Amino acid sequence: MIEWLSGGLFFAGATLVLLAGVGVVRMPDVFTRMQASTKASTLGLGCLLAGLAIRHPEVSFVVRAASIAAFMMLTSAVAAHVIARAAALSGAPLWKGTLIDERPESPSRSDPAGPESGR
Amino acid sequence: MLNLVLALPMTMLAVAALLAFARLVRGPTLPDRVIAIDLIGAIIVCLLVALAAATAEQAFLDVAIVIALISFVGTVAYAKFLERERP
Repeated sequence: MIEWLSGGLFFAGATLVLLAGVGVVRMPDVFTRMQASTKASTLGLGCLLAGLAIRHPEVSFVVRAASIAAFMMLTSAVAAHVIARAAALSGAPLWKGTLIDERPESPSRSDPAGPESGR
Repeated sequence: MLNLVLALPMTMLAVAALLAFARLVRGPTLPDRVIAIDLIGAIIVCLLVALAAATAEQAFLDVAIVIALISFVGTVAYAKFLERERP
């Protein structure tokens, strides 16, 4: 029973990571690629760590798995925000079907785009 | 000790790493390549977790923690470099 549950969680996590890889290859845009990568890889790693903690229910494994999960949940959001900000400021091209572009013409602007980007 | 329950997810993770590497080679702009490197780091952490589950060795989890830390710092450094590179 434990074996089957853990195997199912491992299979689900690996499927999510594989979908992240397919999304990174197939998506048309920097920002859509980034959401595929970040979201699915975080959820996939969470599933894999849950499978590990079920399979080896010892203190050392569970503590390390929980710390990896907490760290990845915290940092993947920060990393995605930082990459998206850099891509938007460097004027990455959007997909043709994009309806709303709220960037303030960042490729053609010459002054610094905000008070916190002058560093 | 590598049974089929863990060999199949590890194969899928390796295929995902190959797809991310294809984006890393082909990516039109530099942020695409940074995203691909970030995804490859996450896939390496996933592979180490699967390996720790297969071999019941907890040292692989320590390696996974270190690689997650270094991958995050590398991504933030690349992003700062991209912002500074802007004309």
